[in-house]
Amino acid sequence: MTTTPLDKTNLLKAMSFNKTKLSHTAVFWIGFCAVMALMIVAPLVLPEFWRRFLTEVLIWGLLAMSSDLLIGYTGMISFGHSAFFGLGMYGAAGALLLVSPPNLWLAILCGLAGAAGAALFVAFFSIRLRDIYFAITTLIFSQIFYVIIFTWTAVTGGENGLIFTRPRLTIPFIYDARFTTTTMHWFVLAVVTASYLILRRVTQSPFGMVLQSIRENEPRTRAIGYPVERYKMVSVMLSGLFAGLAGVLYAVQNQFAAPDFVYFLISGDTVIYNVMGGIGTLVGPIVGAGFFQLARELLSRLFGDQFPYLIPLGIVFIAMIIFLPQGLLGFARRWLNR
Amino acid sequence: MDAVGHFFQAIPLDLLIIQTVNGIVTGMILALIASGLTLIFGIMDVVNFAHGELFMLGAYVGFVIFTTTGSFWLALIGSALIVAILGAALQIVTLRPLIGRDPLNTILVTFGISLVLQNYALWQFGPVVRKIPEPISIRFTLFYLQYPWYRIMIAALSAAIIGSFWLFLKYGRFGIWIRATAQDRVMAQAMGIPVPLVYTGVFAIGAAMAAASGVLFAPMAGVNHTMGLDWVLKAFIVVVVGGMGNLAGSIVAAIFISLLEAYATIWVDPSQAVIVSFIVLILTLLFRPTGLFATPK
Repeated sequence: MTTTPLDKTNLLKAMSFNKTKLSHTAVFWIGFCAVMALMIVAPLVLPEFWRRFLTEVLIWGLLAMSSDLLIGYTGMISFGHSAFFGLGMYGAAGALLLVSPPNLWLAILCGLAGAAGAALFVAFFSIRLRDIYFAITTLIFSQIFYVIIFTWTAVTGGENGLIFTRPRLTIPFIYDARFTTTTMHWFVLAVVTASYLILRRVTQSPFGMVLQSIRENEPRTRAIGYPVERYKMVSVMLSGLFAGLAGVLYAVQNQFAAPDFVYFLISGDTVIYNVMGGIGTLVGPIVGAGFFQLARELLSRLFGDQFPYLIPLGIVFIAMIIFLPQGLLGFARRWLNR
Repeated sequence: MDAVGHFFQAIPLDLLIIQTVNGIVTGMILALIASGLTLIFGIMDVVNFAHGELFMLGAYVGFVIFTTTGSFWLALIGSALIVAILGAALQIVTLRPLIGRDPLNTILVTFGISLVLQNYALWQFGPVVRKIPEPISIRFTLFYLQYPWYRIMIAALSAAIIGSFWLFLKYGRFGIWIRATAQDRVMAQAMGIPVPLVYTGVFAIGAAMAAASGVLFAPMAGVNHTMGLDWVLKAFIVVVVGGMGNLAGSIVAAIFISLLEAYATIWVDPSQAVIVSFIVLILTLLFRPTGLFATPK
């Protein structure tokens, strides 16, 4: 007799649980579509400067998102993401300079290959290391790539870098036109969105769960029987690939590849975007990139170009680690990852 | 075989000796920086990303004191003191709140500090290279070179600072506190050692050592705002190769790596010579990840 009401409440609980789960997905996708709609319309409304600005924020966001896979999910801080980004740039540059007419998809392929090569190299040596050692090693590896690119003038153009023409935006049999700032924005938006969806899928997959368990407790994950090194290897490679993709996009947008983009400063910025936006959220780093670039732009407009914007932003960064370690979007971390 | 013999004959002995002297001189400066870095890591579990910036700032403060007073020795002592106070303040404001949190937070915070300090230096002093003249201008003849005594003096001074620091750790009251905290911080606290004060003190001492090496180095190549990153990278390599937290190991590693780089510059460009130390790091990480000179436990 007493079981019936219990069953009923259980059923109700199950139903309400089911309902909230449904509504969570619904809310997520509605929010996603709303942001997408805004992003799609944005270049039609915004003036030229801000159009380019938004596109660049998306590219930096992709770079930051790729490193979030390591920082936020696997628990390894990479201070060497500029290597993957830069190799992506130079890979794309090579494809665009050597093959005529320049082909966009070939550039992407070559950029990804370059970044994958760098990621394989870095991953092979650094996955056995943890925490601080990993951070230092990735930093030093990115410096190796920087020195090589900076001094190998015959191939990389040395300090001056490489300049090339932008390829046409071609989708075989469907579309073939020159890039405008608007189509460039849409193209970047499409790539970044696709990357976000892939990375989101990856982090929610069993594979992503193992990465998170490595972050939480590496010895226990190993004890359960997961080959931790192999998982770390794949996560560094994946992260490097997406960083390389960001590099390709940046190269295509700005039509040059320069050693400055392999330099440590880019890696540092990537870490800042992550911390400011909220690690372990994937969208947080994009927000962080937007916040950082916007603050930088506003500061240099208010106080002039020579203003050392990194002083106030650095102080904000330090304050955020101490007082707001979750970042701007950290409060939504559980919700976004559900 | 003949080709190898020819290759070695092609290296003039005098060049080799000059590079040995150069390597030892830069090695001693590097040892001074790295010993502060390894001390801070060993005691506080903090990887001080801002260490290179403290080195750079020390050189700038030394430059300012030198231009106002004209005394190199005043610049050396004053810069070490000022940067030590700055280091203590930085530790209290930014690192103390992070005690007990994930150590990765400290690498992020010190990275933030390095950004602020570097951009402050750029803003305050501009991108021009500043130079402190050598305090003693006597030279001696080393083969075809007029080698400045000053460089030899740098090496001797660095050794003296490291030596006196070692004595301080061994016999000084605060030094014993430091070692006790390094061994077991909970027990040290239970015995009445003021551990937070030890942390602040250690950071200040590390900062002072970085600043002193900055002033010592300034007459050799000049001061600019980007020198911090190069040196902190080298110091990181040295600390990892020598074994994190191992003072003697990092001194040996500093000289070892500087010598290798100095020899490498015989054949390649100095900017490529750093690759040699990168390779040493990679090999160390592959075969002896706890450091070349780690004592087996």
